[in-house]
Amino acid sequence: MIRALIQASLLQLRRDRVVLALTFVLPIAFFSIFALVFAGPGGSGSELRVDVGVVDEDGSPVSTRLLAALEKEKGLNVRRTLKAKDAQQPLDREGARALVRGGQLDAAVVVPKGLGAAFPSFTPGGPEVEVLVDPANPIAAGMIVGVLQKVELTAPPDMFVCGSLAAFERFAGALTPEQRRAVEEWQKYLELEAEEAAPGGGSAEALAGGVVRTKVVDVIRERAPRTATVAFYAAGVGVMFLLFMAAGAGGALLEEAEAGTLERLLTSRLGMGRLLLAKWAFLTALGFVQVTVMFVWGALVFHLDLASHLGGFVLMTAVTAAAASGFGLVLATACRTRQQLAGLSTILILIMSAVGGSMFPRFLMSETMQKAGLLTFNGWALDGYLKVFWRQAPLLDLWPQVLVLSLLAAGFLLAARLLARRWEAA
Amino acid sequence: MKPLAVYSAEKRFGDTVALAGVSLALEEGELLALLGPNGAGKTTLVKAISGRVRLDAGHVELAGRPAHEPGARDILGVVPQEVALYDMLTPRENLALFGRLQGLAGRALEEALGWALRWTGLEARARHLVKTFSGGMKRRLNIAAGVLHRPQVVLLDEPTVGVDPQSRERIYEMLDELRRQGTSLLLTTHQLDEAESRCNRIAILDHGKVVGEGTLPELVSRLFGGRRTVTLTLNRVPESTLPGLELKPGGRSGAALLADAVEELPALLARVRACGLEVEDLALHRPGLGAVFLALTGRELRE
Repeated sequence: MIRALIQASLLQLRRDRVVLALTFVLPIAFFSIFALVFAGPGGSGSELRVDVGVVDEDGSPVSTRLLAALEKEKGLNVRRTLKAKDAQQPLDREGARALVRGGQLDAAVVVPKGLGAAFPSFTPGGPEVEVLVDPANPIAAGMIVGVLQKVELTAPPDMFVCGSLAAFERFAGALTPEQRRAVEEWQKYLELEAEEAAPGGGSAEALAGGVVRTKVVDVIRERAPRTATVAFYAAGVGVMFLLFMAAGAGGALLEEAEAGTLERLLTSRLGMGRLLLAKWAFLTALGFVQVTVMFVWGALVFHLDLASHLGGFVLMTAVTAAAASGFGLVLATACRTRQQLAGLSTILILIMSAVGGSMFPRFLMSETMQKAGLLTFNGWALDGYLKVFWRQAPLLDLWPQVLVLSLLAAGFLLAARLLARRWEAA
Repeated sequence: MKPLAVYSAEKRFGDTVALAGVSLALEEGELLALLGPNGAGKTTLVKAISGRVRLDAGHVELAGRPAHEPGARDILGVVPQEVALYDMLTPRENLALFGRLQGLAGRALEEALGWALRWTGLEARARHLVKTFSGGMKRRLNIAAGVLHRPQVVLLDEPTVGVDPQSRERIYEMLDELRRQGTSLLLTTHQLDEAESRCNRIAILDHGKVVGEGTLPELVSRLFGGRRTVTLTLNRVPESTLPGLELKPGGRSGAALLADAVEELPALLARVRACGLEVEDLALHRPGLGAVFLALTGRELRE
């Protein structure tokens, strides 16, 4: 009897090819996506590059050499100009700050005036290299500071020696002419070495401790409250569950087809176009309320500053819910059974959520995966919420996200309308 | 001008011919039963009338207007075979929804809701969820949802399937009330007794064609003339066959079709007695719809 039951189950599974494929494709797809998201194609995450702006207010040989060494770092894309394609306008402190705030740069390094003259500094006080960071991207901040320490200790050894001797003379008295000649000879040799050597080849670890003091400046929290992080996660989770809700509720169409109510609706004066529009409008409203409830909960329990960002929140939530509802209808009209819908929606939503940044911030992914994230619904939605709550962007700055999500909503609706033709007159 | 007329309707699905030139018409205030074996084309015809199937050839007219014209189907009500209601809504909410989708609003909708709840006998349960209803109550509500806008023509696809005799009776009372008000009804059914006793006319569909149409007496007269069926129950199973009597296999009862009962019945009874058999029971009757159906399609309805 057990054998007969197993045989019957196998036969049913074999005959529903979509469910069969999903049974095996789903785990493989997830494994691949997560491997790509968290480890990169090579499995090491080495593809991650940080966009960093550099501002040289000092203009000394030390700062020039320090920043030139930064440019040679493989993990950094160094930018010196205000606009990426305009070499005429050099980046200044305020420009760098704005670009980091706006998310166009992961971080910026500002070498203040007087750093070269004070290098190396063994005593407290004096100028500090400022690293302007967005705390949303802890990897970028940590990477810059680490790289900075490495290059400051390995790239300018001649400067390091020169500065150190100047400090020595200040406290211990001047060198003799013979000693000075010997030092000058050594300096020439070190300069040659510095030009030839690649950064990172010295004994940075042994000397790490900071002879050039660095100061990490959080340019976001200068303006945004600390609870902006809560908003980021609320958006990430909210968008993912919005998709699940829309797919599940969209599946009501399949239930209606099975129960016969769809047939009854279609024999009324309603028509398929208006039926889909009504479903879409309901799902959009439901999705809007769902996300709002989540953010209100965030405001009440986690002190999320919803009130100050109400305009941006309403705009982003409206377009996100509209697009998610369209997506749910496309899935429902594309699938033939509830089982197919459950499998397909799970695989698509989890993949989009992983790649689009609902589970893991996109800026921590490799460049390829960051670009791939823009192919997903979640990527655009989360970018918008990030602009509102994290970067404090004005409403007008949301236009790319609003445009893309609105186009997606329209596209999904059109696709659902075409797919729903199978329920229309035969 | 007929409330509903179908002219030479043809429809194929791939290699399968569903309708092969069906023509029929519905009179005002009549109940026409559409009978046919499974796969005969009944559902396709009903769907073609309601606009859910596009005909390859032929056309449908509603009150003299081509059915495909905008607004022509406003006079049509459709009652599907499935109980197409929302279980988590009350009867009032279900009716309000389908009423609005048929263009009712405001006072007209309220009046229609009141009428429908009285008509179905569900006033007392108007605010209960449909999922708590019996099969018969759901069936009544299912019909009401299709006729709430008081259409001139109503298509009913097996409206009494799966309901007990009392509910069936109640449903036919509801349909009779509609008919008295001038509504024309086209009903598909597998219940021969219902078609025979409740419907004005009968149309039998087979292989996508109307093979017989008319009132039951007309059909019987056309197929059997003045012939009558006699059924006999004997005191024991005969040892050999009896000429002219078709016995049930292994049984002691049988039937014979007699062209002239007065002339032929005494001879039949004499043959029975000659075989040493006694007649326990005898009935003489006109052939019914079952015989008509069998004669026209070569099959029992349930085949």
